[in-house]
Amino acid sequence: MVVADDLFKALADPTRRTILDELAEKSGQTLFEICSRLSMKHQLGISRQAVSQHLAVLEAAGLVETRREGRYKFHELNTAPLRQIAERWLVADTSGPEKSTP
Amino acid sequence: MKIHLTSVFVDDQAKAEHFYTEILGFVKKHDVPVGEKDRWLTVVSPEEPEGTELLLEPAGHPAVKTFRDALVQEGIPLAQFAVDDVKAEYQRLHGLGVRFTQEPLEMGPVTTAVFDDTCGNLIQIATKPQ
Repeated sequence: MVVADDLFKALADPTRRTILDELAEKSGQTLFEICSRLSMKHQLGISRQAVSQHLAVLEAAGLVETRREGRYKFHELNTAPLRQIAERWLVADTSGPEKSTP
Repeated sequence: MKIHLTSVFVDDQAKAEHFYTEILGFVKKHDVPVGEKDRWLTVVSPEEPEGTELLLEPAGHPAVKTFRDALVQEGIPLAQFAVDDVKAEYQRLHGLGVRFTQEPLEMGPVTTAVFDDTCGNLIQIATKPQ
């Protein structure tokens, strides 16, 4: 079970949210592909080591999982921990969204 | 000064000769025996027979494996080749059983893809700059 603190810390950083955006577009990327997307698509001047550290934070929060395949290592998105947010604030009311009274 | 030759380390020169000529489509330029089993083996692009040669160099040095394993694990290519159409080349090579670690990815004006050369390296293909 991922501690909520790790989850919120992971989501608090804009670069990490961009990494999640890119993995949502295509899950299963090498570190090189993630770095390429950040620098070429998002013009983020960020070192490979820094990206690696961001991925470690995302992995600690359970949002990213790594898969080894032969000699390669791929990073995959896992959205399951985000359910904690929904369960905590959004889905408690099972009657559906209420219209706010004026 | 000109860049006349560059090299990639290959696990097996015979296998590399097959992959770089039969699969990628380069042509052999030089093939000279060196020592007991190694060869001075170079290929060129058929589009540029007098262009830069690529040396398929034996990966015998003990430091090579450590270096290349670290790069490959992170998906970092060792060399880049230019093609007219990355997606078409991806389809062609994929159809021949080539393993890609990065499918064609459009990043602004450039499209790239990364594949395994079966000889220990990852290679990037990219659209030629216009």
